[in-house]
Amino acid sequence: MINSGIKKHSFLKWEWMLILMLILINIMNASLSPYYLNYFNISSAVMAFLDKAFMVFPMAFIMMMGDIDISVASTVALSSVIMGIAVQAGLPMPLAIVLCLGTATLCGWINGMIITRFKELSAAIVTISTMILYRGIAYIILEDQAASGFPEWFSFLGWESIGPIPFIVIVFTVFAVLFWLILHKTIWGRRILAIGQNNTASIYSGINVDKIRLMAFTSAGFMAGISSLFLTSKMASTRPNIAVGYELEVIAIVVLGGVSTSGGRGKIHNVIMAVFVIGLLKYGLGLINIHSQLLSIIIGILLILSTLLPNLGEDYLKKKKLRSNT
Amino acid sequence: MNDYILELKNITKVFPGIKALDDVSFQLKPGEIHALMGENGAGKSTFIKVITGVYTPEQGEIYLDGERVKFHGPKDAQTAGIAAIYQHVTCYPDLTVAENIFIGHELRYPSRRLNWKEMYRQSDELLKTLSVDFNSKTLMGSLSVAQQQIVEIAKALSMKARIIIMDEPTAALTKRESEELYRVTQQLRDKEKASIIFISHRFEDMYKLASRVTVLRDSHYIGCWDLDAISQDDLIVAMVGREVSSLYPKKEVPITDEILKVENLSRTGYFKDISFSLRKGEILGLTGLVGAGRTEVCESLFGVHPADSGKIIFDGKERSIESPGTAMDLGIGYLPEDRQLQGLILDWGIDKNITLPRLDKFASGVWINEKNETEVAQKLFEQVMIKAQSVHAKASSLSGGNQQKIVVAKLLATDLKVIILDEPTKGVDVGAKSAIHEIMSDLAGHGYAILMISSEMSEVLGMCDRILVMKEGYLSAELSREEATQEKILEAAMVKTIKAGN
Repeated sequence: MINSGIKKHSFLKWEWMLILMLILINIMNASLSPYYLNYFNISSAVMAFLDKAFMVFPMAFIMMMGDIDISVASTVALSSVIMGIAVQAGLPMPLAIVLCLGTATLCGWINGMIITRFKELSAAIVTISTMILYRGIAYIILEDQAASGFPEWFSFLGWESIGPIPFIVIVFTVFAVLFWLILHKTIWGRRILAIGQNNTASIYSGINVDKIRLMAFTSAGFMAGISSLFLTSKMASTRPNIAVGYELEVIAIVVLGGVSTSGGRGKIHNVIMAVFVIGLLKYGLGLINIHSQLLSIIIGILLILSTLLPNLGEDYLKKKKLRSNT
Repeated sequence: MNDYILELKNITKVFPGIKALDDVSFQLKPGEIHALMGENGAGKSTFIKVITGVYTPEQGEIYLDGERVKFHGPKDAQTAGIAAIYQHVTCYPDLTVAENIFIGHELRYPSRRLNWKEMYRQSDELLKTLSVDFNSKTLMGSLSVAQQQIVEIAKALSMKARIIIMDEPTAALTKRESEELYRVTQQLRDKEKASIIFISHRFEDMYKLASRVTVLRDSHYIGCWDLDAISQDDLIVAMVGREVSSLYPKKEVPITDEILKVENLSRTGYFKDISFSLRKGEILGLTGLVGAGRTEVCESLFGVHPADSGKIIFDGKERSIESPGTAMDLGIGYLPEDRQLQGLILDWGIDKNITLPRLDKFASGVWINEKNETEVAQKLFEQVMIKAQSVHAKASSLSGGNQQKIVVAKLLATDLKVIILDEPTKGVDVGAKSAIHEIMSDLAGHGYAILMISSEMSEVLGMCDRILVMKEGYLSAELSREEATQEKILEAAMVKTIKAGN
C-alpha cells in the first residue's frame, strides 16, 4: 500500500479489534452457557484448539515473506503415521517421537529446497503438490487403517496438566515467546520483514534471502511435527486422514491476526490473539450445537470482514481528510 | 485575441502542513514548447496535477483561451484538450498499438459493436504524422520505452489534445531514444500546432527543444525566461537558490594500490572478455548505451548474477563472489540503478533502511540494538545531508534525490573498499546531484575505489579519472581523463566495430 501520510487512528489498530473480538466472544460464550466461565471449562476449551496453533507461528513468518505453505496438515499426517507404525513395529516411544519430528522437519526442508532452487515455481504451487504427495505417502503406508498402541505416558502430552496449567499451554507459551522474540527483537525477524517488503532490495542489501526462506519452511515442518505429537497423543491413535483441513484454519488464523497477505507486515501477539478468537468462537458455537457448515460460514464472514474493515476505515479517514482540505 | 492558450494566475495549493504551491503563475503560448524546471520537491508534480484537474487549488484562476475555467476532475481537463505523458508509461504490453491508443475511448458502430477497422486506420494515420517506423498492429510490449511514449503521444492526439504535458519523458531513455523523442515532440509542435509543457532534469533536453523556461523552487514561482536570454549557470542558481559551487566537484587525490582486477570476465548472453583494474582513490567510469552490459558486469562483481568464467582478483587474491553477502564481506558495495525497486524499503524509516545491509554489525549478537542503530543512522543521515523531518521518517515520504541519499548512506554504513555506483544521479535534481558528486569525491579522497556506471556524458567526463566504454557486451575503449572527449566516447559506444577475435 502506498504511504498515505495519514496516521491510523488508534482504535483502528488491529490489536484493539482483536481484543474487542475476544471480549465479545467471551461475553457471547458466557451468556450461552452458565458453566462457561469456570477454570476447568476454559482450560479444556483451550486444550481443544491449541494443538494446531503451533503451526501458526512459522506460517506467520512464511506469509510475512509473501509465501504460503499449504502442506502443513499433510506433514502432520505423514509424521504422525510414521510415528504410529514405528511404535507398532516395536520401536521405543522416545525414538518414535524423534522420528516424527525428523520426518516433519524433512518435509518442510524439502518444500523450502524446491521453492528456493526453482524460483519460477510459486510457494503455493509447490506446497499444494507436496500437500498431495505427503498425504499420499501416509495413505500408502497405512492404507485406511489406524495405528495405535502408544504407551500410556504418551497421552500425558495432550491431556495432562502440570499443576493447574495444561501441559500443552506451557509448551505453546514457550514457542509463543520464542517466535515473538525472533520476529520482534532479532536481526532474523527484521530480515524476514525486509524480504516481505521488498525481496529485490533485500538481495541487494546482502541478505541471504534463500537461506531465510529455507529456514522458515523447515521450521514450518518442525512445528507441524510438534502439532502432530499433541494431536496423536490426544487421539491415542493415528490414521492417514488425521488433521484434514487444518492448513486452511492455520492460514485463516494468520490472516485474522493481521499478517499482510502481500508480505512485510505482522505481529506475533496479534496472531496469538487470533488463535484464541477462532478457537473460542468455535468452542462457543459448539456449546449451542451449531452445525459445522454454519460454523465455517461464520468464520468465513469473519475473515472477510477482518480483512476488509481496516481498509475501509483507512479509506474513510483519507476521504474525510481530503474533504476538509478542499 | 489572447496571447496565451493556457494561463494560470496566482495558484496556491495547500496540503496538511505544507503549501505545495504558493502563488504560482504560468503562461503557455500557442505552439510553443515550454520547459518547466525545478528541484525534486519544488512543486512541479503538484502544478501538473492542478493543470490536469487532479487537484483543485485553494486560490488562483485558470484561463483557457482567455476564458476562466474550473476543473472538477481529470475528465474536465481531458475534455478541454489537456493530456499528460509520464516517465513511466502505463500500457498493456500484450495488446497492439492501436488497442493501446484507443483503450478507454474506443470507437464504435451505431450498434455499439467495436469499430476496429476505423481504430486501426486512425492509429496508422496518427503514427504517420509522427513519422515512426512501426505500425498500429505492432505489439506494445515489443516497443522500446521511447516508442511507447510516442504511442502515448498518439493517444493524447486521438483524444484531440491541444496542450500536452510531458513529465520527465527522457529520464529512462538512451541518447538515441531521446533524439527520437525530440524529433516527435518538434513535429507535434510544427504539424499539430500543439502546445507542450516539458519537464526534465536534463539541461540538454531543454536547450534542444524549448523556447521558454519557467522555474519553480520551494513551491514558489521564481521566474520565466526566454532560453536565449539566460545562461545555464544562472538557471542553476534560479533552481537551487544558491550558487552551486560546481556540479562536478572532482578533487585531485592520490591514486594508490590496485584493489580490484578483473580478467576476461564473461557471462553468456550478457558480456564477454571484460578486463580492467581499479585502484584506491580512483573513480573509474563505465559508460556505453543502455543494454551494452554495464549493469550486468557490475552485478557479477557484486554476486547478484555470478559470471560464468574469468577471474576476479580482489586485494591481491583471486576470489569467487557468489552472492551479495560475500561481496559485502570482502568490501564491495553496490548502489543499484533502480533505487525504489532495488535500493529501498519504502514503507520503512530512513534509519531501518540504512542499517539493513549490516544489521549484524549494529546488533548485540542476534538481538537488535535500536539505540545503537539509531545513533549510527543519525550520523550517516547528517553526513549525507538528507532533508527529512527526522531519521525515522518513511523513505516513501522523501523526494527522489533524498531517497538516493539514503541508498548512499546504506553503502557508507558498510565497511567498503570498492563502491560500485549504477547511475547514481538518474532522475535526481541538481542540488542532490552535486551533493552526491561531492560525496563521491570525498570517498575517493578517503581511499575508496569507485566504479561508476553513467549514461550522462558530462557526468562521466566531469567525475572520472578513467573511462571504460562498453558496446554490445564488449569493452570497446579505455580512455584516460585527459584524452576523453564526448566524441571519442560516443564513437566507442555506438560506431566502433569490435576487433575480430576479441
